[in-house]
Amino acid sequence: MTNVLLSSKNLSHHYGSQVGCIDVSFDIYPGEVLGVVGESGSGKTTLLKNISGLLQPSSGSVKFDTRVDGLKDIYLLSEPERRLLMRTDWGVVFQNARDGLRMNVSAGANVGERLMAIGARNYRDIRNEATDWLQNVEIGLERMDHYPETFSGGMLQRLQIARNLVTKPRLVFMDEPTSGLDVSVQARLLDLIRGLVSQLGIACVIVSHDLGVMRLLSNRLIVMHKGRVVEKGLTDQVLDDPQHPYTQLLVSSILPV
Amino acid sequence: MAAISGERKRSSRLKEKTLDGYNFAYLDDQTKRMIRRAALKAVAIPGYQVPFGSREMPLPFGWGTGGIQVTASIIGIDDTLKVIDQGADDTTNAVNIRRFFAKTAGVETTENTSDASIIQTRHRIPEVKLKSDQIIVYQVPIPEPLRWIEPREEETRKMHALTEYGVMHVELYENIAHYGKVTTSYNYPVQVNDHYVMSPSPIPKFDNPKMDKMPALQLFGAGREKRIYAVPPYTKVKSLDFDDHPFEIESWSECCALCESSSSFLDEVITDDKGSRMFVCSDSNFCADRRAKGHKGPGLPRKFEIKDIE
Repeated sequence: MTNVLLSSKNLSHHYGSQVGCIDVSFDIYPGEVLGVVGESGSGKTTLLKNISGLLQPSSGSVKFDTRVDGLKDIYLLSEPERRLLMRTDWGVVFQNARDGLRMNVSAGANVGERLMAIGARNYRDIRNEATDWLQNVEIGLERMDHYPETFSGGMLQRLQIARNLVTKPRLVFMDEPTSGLDVSVQARLLDLIRGLVSQLGIACVIVSHDLGVMRLLSNRLIVMHKGRVVEKGLTDQVLDDPQHPYTQLLVSSILPV
Repeated sequence: MAAISGERKRSSRLKEKTLDGYNFAYLDDQTKRMIRRAALKAVAIPGYQVPFGSREMPLPFGWGTGGIQVTASIIGIDDTLKVIDQGADDTTNAVNIRRFFAKTAGVETTENTSDASIIQTRHRIPEVKLKSDQIIVYQVPIPEPLRWIEPREEETRKMHALTEYGVMHVELYENIAHYGKVTTSYNYPVQVNDHYVMSPSPIPKFDNPKMDKMPALQLFGAGREKRIYAVPPYTKVKSLDFDDHPFEIESWSECCALCESSSSFLDEVITDDKGSRMFVCSDSNFCADRRAKGHKGPGLPRKFEIKDIE
């Protein structure tokens, strides 16, 4: 197997006396999609923030395979280095697309911003790149100069994905990317994410409580309960043959159609 | 800032010229020291916004309180002050600020750019090239160039510190995407000394090139926002642009109707309600100078003497 892309060791986070997550360890390899499932309050989002550099964990380490120096603890990097990493090698797709987009600038500028942030200074090139990406996420080019406010929920989420993928990151964090969308839009978005991820070989950490989404997208699964990882393994294995009582409960709670 | 002459001479001049009961140049000395410290720091870090304890002034925020405080802190009894507003010496704001310092500091005032040692300005840089023994003080409404795209002060400070200025180009991108060219015409952002991106105050972008390597010291005061920043003499000031859409300044197809200048910033003046208009220099001192030297613009009546309009 290739080198580890991101490695979390004994990660714990406490909010005062409240528990965020406890003793979480896992590795992510390039091109792999890791799903994190669990009920509300189980520590999924805390974990995601911890490993994406947004929230320093109380203890434990998060290491990322940087392009120059190899595996390094992201919280020991200097702030400029960490912010550069976030702009280039990482992407974060928020549950609420409005959190990840600039609503007061056009769709094209939203996609182009990350390019400009890493030094692109040629308008034509930025425009062309943004055009390509809007096409990739199936947003009509006639909408390129429109403001995100005029977009539907599904389009906003696709725009947010384009904005993140334009710098060709190696790892994308997604927090409930499909919740709040109706099922047909969800299906299209899932198709899109699955296509892009396999086509570009991007590694992904997806947090969701939707087991259907997980079955479609992720290769491996981590099940969290009360801040702890209670089960992990291949997605099909975990979903078809759950071992831990909580996972069994979770799997049996899926509503049949 | 000019060398202060003998203490006795100074105090006698002060007594006969200034208002009783006020300190020299209105502000108390502790405040002046505080502002000078901020200004020194600003000069040491070109383009960096230094916070300072802005004082209540006898006019509302937005009317030039930042500029006045800076001027009051650097002015000396031997200085000659010029104040311009939109390029003109005779607009309300300019007249009142000039009168304010004549009363409280007893300094000489002038309308002539080359005679002034301190020039306080709103919206323009004079057309005449400034010299190394002059200081230009800008009145600034919003000092933070990143504010429109990033409302959090904590974040903008970080962005400045780490030179993360990608978002500044988003505005330019938007202009080009919507209008085919950069339409920002005033307060056009600049990068100072290859580091800090700075708001040049609402001067037209026509004046931006004048800031680059200017021999005079440039001080910026924002009273409401409580920031002072500076560009030291001969410092590189570059207007932001794209490789394929380079920075451009405004140009006019006409010349000044009064002095026939074709190299100055022109204001459009509506002359009646039937759509007639004329273009005149916004720098009134520059225009008057040229007329005095015998230049006649196409807007002057044929049999017209310069003294008629003065």
